[in-house]
Amino acid sequence: MSTNKQTLTLGFLPLLDASPLLLAQELGLFAAEGLKVNLSREASWANIRDKLYVGSLQGAQLLAPMAISVSLGLNKVKAPLVTGMVLSRNGNAITVSNSLIEQLRVLNPEALASPHISVLTLRKLINERTQQGTAALTLATVYPYSCHNYLLRYWLAAGGIHPDHDINMVVIPPEQMVAQLASGRIDGFCVGEPWNQVAVAQGHGKILLNTWDIWHNAPEKVLAVHGDWAAANEDTHLALITATLRACRWLEEPANRDEALAILTQPQYLGFTPETLASGFKTGRHQFFRDSANYPWPAHGTWLLSQMMRWGHVPSTNADHSFINSIFLSSLFEQACRNVGIPCATEQLYQIGKHAASWELGEVTVGADRFIDGIRFNPDDTGAYLQQFAVSNLDS
Amino acid sequence: MSQEPIRIMLVDELAARFNVLEETLTAQGYKVVAKVTTADNIQAEVERCQPDVIIADLDNPGRDTLESMQVITRKTPRPIVMFTNNGDPATIELAVKSGVTAYIVDGMNPDRIRPILDVAMMRFREYQELRNELELTRLQLSDRKLIDKAKGLLMKRGTMNEEQAYHRLRKMAMDRNLKLSDLARSIIAAAELLE
Repeated sequence: MSTNKQTLTLGFLPLLDASPLLLAQELGLFAAEGLKVNLSREASWANIRDKLYVGSLQGAQLLAPMAISVSLGLNKVKAPLVTGMVLSRNGNAITVSNSLIEQLRVLNPEALASPHISVLTLRKLINERTQQGTAALTLATVYPYSCHNYLLRYWLAAGGIHPDHDINMVVIPPEQMVAQLASGRIDGFCVGEPWNQVAVAQGHGKILLNTWDIWHNAPEKVLAVHGDWAAANEDTHLALITATLRACRWLEEPANRDEALAILTQPQYLGFTPETLASGFKTGRHQFFRDSANYPWPAHGTWLLSQMMRWGHVPSTNADHSFINSIFLSSLFEQACRNVGIPCATEQLYQIGKHAASWELGEVTVGADRFIDGIRFNPDDTGAYLQQFAVSNLDS
Repeated sequence: MSQEPIRIMLVDELAARFNVLEETLTAQGYKVVAKVTTADNIQAEVERCQPDVIIADLDNPGRDTLESMQVITRKTPRPIVMFTNNGDPATIELAVKSGVTAYIVDGMNPDRIRPILDVAMMRFREYQELRNELELTRLQLSDRKLIDKAKGLLMKRGTMNEEQAYHRLRKMAMDRNLKLSDLARSIIAAAELLE
């Protein structure tokens, strides 16, 4: 138990998967660990990154791939970020405009029957539009180094669509997505809930698929801190993870959901109506706790890295990915599990993509992890894995 | 000071707040070419206005859009300076000191704005030069060679013959409003990053 009473400022963006941090505060779980926490609602991922870098935030909700991109210094700021827990899995969906839905249906009345058929129909549509000289379709994600971007790309590429050649890919903040879709500036987006729900409720589009359909249980957001801070504040960091893990367990209890919604709907937190939040949780397929959702598996980090290589965001020449183990801190998470008194996996994940349903790993249950194309990932052989993909930026 | 005024784009939700800054900048010899909000198509506005530097409100979510243009798409990258009216002096001081981001604070002495913009633009240029070392060497290749190389990459990718690959390039360039050589350059850049 921590006795270190320093005040921590934690950053978040108003998205459903900030819930564990917001609830840990409201339920007094941080205080119970001896932590004094201020929550700071931020405007952009870039702001969170800069504030973690300069130390005005001690921790934050962060896109899982950003823990890697910031540690590698892919975007100006280079800071050794670490994470001892995943805050949430899944939670994103791909929504497209009514006009795009119609164009797909004209080509194939069954276009929406499955994520496979929809992407193959989309490829056909793109081919036709190219022949007719129609401008490329524009699809938006929330940040370059995000599961939104990598899973949208994975789905497109599985259908033979090259995201950098056949699509105009742009970045738009979540709260602007629906308006941009309504105005016709973009044809679709991949964004976290509840924004897909909002687009549907306002009649501007239709949800084509959940990112769950692309990869089951992708690590979406992590609790990230600066590596230097973590090294100097081990007890505090552990207390922070312990309290947040307790909040995750509380949130996943169906009996607590109404109370959670009443807290989250407050304007200083997420600010949507409880109904919008509830439907966002439903379609998001979030996993906040069960099936070892919070375990920061280094193998999942390595998969994210593989996609960064696939699309040319990271050079693929350096095959050594052992640095991922110093970003995704399994052992710290295991200590937090002991603090909370829950079982924790004692073995590491190796191959990913084999499981269509939850499965047993030693004494714990682990979530399904299949990819849409059935391809499996072996973290020890990223090079051979990437060679299997017909569509990538690797072929030179 | 060169004869052409430095062209500035302002990004903020509250136009009124930026009017004061615009007056200050104009008095200092800058030219504010656009004022946009996140409800606008920021990317298209940057491409249309071709600003030399962008000043964005720190609390504007459009910052992620602007950065992604610098980093991933490399579409008309521009230095970005953050504008803030609510202080948090510790953050700003640290950020400026560490070279993360340049900041202009509301009500700042106008004399202090020019050096901040100058430094931001200089740092940005240095950064771009580092990033684009590959690209710079490629510039020495003639456009013809670039296009041939990109054509080859497309042919290697799949089923296209030379003529189809050339038409595909032209089509892509037109769709993206790019010169053929610029498109070829970006296709090669993507491929070479991984060599």
